[in-house]
Amino acid sequence: MTAHDPNLSRRNLSRRTWLKGAGALVIGLHLPGTARAQSSGAGAAFRPGGNATFAPNAFIRVAPDNSVTVLVKHIEFGQGPFTGLATLAAEEMDADWSQMRSEHAPADVKLYANLAFGVQGTGGSTAIANSWEQMRKAGATARAMLVQAAADAWKVPAAEITVVSGVISHASGKQGRFGEFAEAASKLPVPENAPLKPASAYKLIGKEGAVKRLDSYDKSRGKAQFTIDIHAPNMLTVVVARPPRFGGKVASFDAAATLKVKGVVDVKQIGSGVAVYATGMWPALKGREALKVSWDESAAEKRGSRELIAEYRALARQKGTTAGKHGDAEAVLAKADKVVEAEFVFPYLAHAPMEPLDGYLQWDGTEALARFGSQFQTTEHQTIAAILGLPPEKVKLETMLAGGSFGRRAQVSQHLAAELAMAAKAIGPNRPVKLVWTREDDLAGGYYRPLFVHRMRGAVKDGKITAWADNIVGQSFFLGTPLEAMVVKDGIDATSVEGANELFYEIADFNCEVANPKVGVPTLWWRSVGHTHTGYAVECFIDELLQAAGQDPLSGRIALMGDKHARAIAVLKAVGEMANWKGPGPVGDRARGVAVVESFGSFVAQIAEVSFVDGEPKVHKVWCAVDCGVAVNPDVIRAQMEGGIGFGLGHALYGELTLDQGKPVQANFDSYRSLRIQEMPEVEVKIIASTVAPTGVGEPGVPPIGPAVANALAALGQQRPRQLPMVGRTV
Amino acid sequence: MVSLKVNGTTHSVDVDDDTPLLWAIRDNIGLTGTKFGCGVAQCGACTVYVDGQPVRSCVTPVSAVGDSEITTIEAITGKEAEAVQAAWTARDVPQCGYCQSGQVMSAVALLKENKKPTDRDIDLAMNGNLCRCATYVRIRAAIHDAARALEI
Repeated sequence: MTAHDPNLSRRNLSRRTWLKGAGALVIGLHLPGTARAQSSGAGAAFRPGGNATFAPNAFIRVAPDNSVTVLVKHIEFGQGPFTGLATLAAEEMDADWSQMRSEHAPADVKLYANLAFGVQGTGGSTAIANSWEQMRKAGATARAMLVQAAADAWKVPAAEITVVSGVISHASGKQGRFGEFAEAASKLPVPENAPLKPASAYKLIGKEGAVKRLDSYDKSRGKAQFTIDIHAPNMLTVVVARPPRFGGKVASFDAAATLKVKGVVDVKQIGSGVAVYATGMWPALKGREALKVSWDESAAEKRGSRELIAEYRALARQKGTTAGKHGDAEAVLAKADKVVEAEFVFPYLAHAPMEPLDGYLQWDGTEALARFGSQFQTTEHQTIAAILGLPPEKVKLETMLAGGSFGRRAQVSQHLAAELAMAAKAIGPNRPVKLVWTREDDLAGGYYRPLFVHRMRGAVKDGKITAWADNIVGQSFFLGTPLEAMVVKDGIDATSVEGANELFYEIADFNCEVANPKVGVPTLWWRSVGHTHTGYAVECFIDELLQAAGQDPLSGRIALMGDKHARAIAVLKAVGEMANWKGPGPVGDRARGVAVVESFGSFVAQIAEVSFVDGEPKVHKVWCAVDCGVAVNPDVIRAQMEGGIGFGLGHALYGELTLDQGKPVQANFDSYRSLRIQEMPEVEVKIIASTVAPTGVGEPGVPPIGPAVANALAALGQQRPRQLPMVGRTV
Repeated sequence: MVSLKVNGTTHSVDVDDDTPLLWAIRDNIGLTGTKFGCGVAQCGACTVYVDGQPVRSCVTPVSAVGDSEITTIEAITGKEAEAVQAAWTARDVPQCGYCQSGQVMSAVALLKENKKPTDRDIDLAMNGNLCRCATYVRIRAAIHDAARALEI
């Protein structure tokens, strides 16, 4: 999701409320426009971590044992918000990192909305960006009140008190820790404007080695609890037989053989297919295997990838909707001596998070508790309540750690929450259910990165690029949905064209058009969204035009940026210095390619060093320079660049989800090839020092790697791959 | 009823013979550190030891295990396990963390066999363990860290 809200960090927190717990200091911050009644209902009875002293409208809890627990409104599925949001609070509290803890906040839009969305949810690499001021203010307020409580106890002026690494001190020799003052602080009035530190005083934010991830220990020891790990008395495991083609429906089914499988308890038709309920996963799978379902495919999508690509290629030759234009590219192209053309084809891609989709729900007919890796808590909460026919305040939603998402859990359609609620409703109250998708369910389950075609044309004259045209064709996953108003403007779905309708490069005559054909395959954002294809098309094509113009890929890019894109220029220069760039090569059997992409407010440039071994590109090393504003957790940022590079590279090299007559072909990781350790390049990351408010890091590492590799292949004398994946393509 | 010796304790579990060890461990014995990722031995998230050797529990039926000693992530011990888990934490290897039980199991098994693995050795030992977050750079570094720690 894109959320480039420049006002984000300047929004004021209008009201603060202290909530008292038994010996615990709890801070709640009411958000602008939502400051109504204190939270009740969702989350009030249900408490993350099971701590009885917790009150729900709160970000920070200080316990008598000195532990500081941050309630994190964003789901943790790898990108580090547990650590990042705790860092922001700890910095302003002057806490010691060893006393910090994190837990997921409950679902409560009044307290925990993403300030970029207005609802509780995670996406668009916004976790740090929208929490930057909010969590620091929460920490500063907590600190001020703890200091006041100490001042009152010691009968000294608060201004004379210092706090270092969680120890509150006065020159008189008096000393104490947070826990001692938690209860007294909870009785004090809330200061209106607790001052924030100047950046020069930071001890944690941006400091190498000051902060370690709060979740590494448990995750290295099998102790982290994911949704699939939930067990409850009387719980049933549910798998669902879903239609083999998108848009298919159950015509009839015969469950006789299924019901004979030991451990199968029941079979019910639900909205998404036929649900098999069993005492465990294996009987559920065996039961589903034995199920006979006849499908009504009269309305199902029956086109395959091959047919769709042909249709898209034809559409790319027709007039689309103008998404960006200056000058008259068509006129220049028509008269040009030298026109370079390239057509790029991008397959459907699955997100394939390591933990397939799953969810747990228990209800007794009047109240419900759902526990799963919810990425859009507000809407999922509403969906579950609506399907169960319960008032929202009777439904609690607990966010679980999730084994990856890459966009898969950020569901515009709410289909997982809906299926979970339907499965629970169909079996009736007092039978807790754990719904589990298999890998086959995941890969065949749709919600893919849409298939896209870019038809590019460029004109080069006297060593200059004089015209650029890009005709983009692909499905929109927003048009026609309730979220349409959020990203669709003048008929343009921003997620189809972001990164392509405005370029860094100053080209006098420019045109970008888009067509969003309707196809019955459910699609969804996928880590870095539109940039997954626009980054590749644009950065390959500019490289090709620079080559045609006889210019260096790196200095040629910088020259085309004029004086408007200082941050993009800076990351390009930085990555060039890191790699000691002397042109693309080749040197020996290796060559280098470069690419630069801005996404989610962050700028990333990468250089890939590549050879060609046994018919496949081998990526040896990647240099990466990133400017994401203030680097809150440098090591988490490095990890996201490393992981983003691996994710982007794996899909550029091997990733494709092919449809054959509407049916997904790749069923598991044997055919949906995923990057493995021997294919992972060495990665060197430089983080550009910045004082700009922080922007995203979860996604921006992904887009540049594919084109950087393609551009290196060009330097090795090959064509930049026009169709992805680069290796083992089936279409 | 099938008898399984897991982490030093014998469990009688009421499952069919064809039940994969993975689901007996998770659903019947209640040890959930071992993860399901693919069900077809392609991702390694389900790695456990059978008589000390790493196997993919998702394709190992309980009938094939007999009275072998099964060890899961919850019960790995010894200097290699300690070194690997310490290195994993110090390097902040995990992102989502879901595959990491399997990664750690494979890494510990490698170091038990090979005290000073090369990058090539690591590739061979770890290439059955997928990480969709692509934490591979740190997995490799952490294995080298652990090997160095074991030298001391």
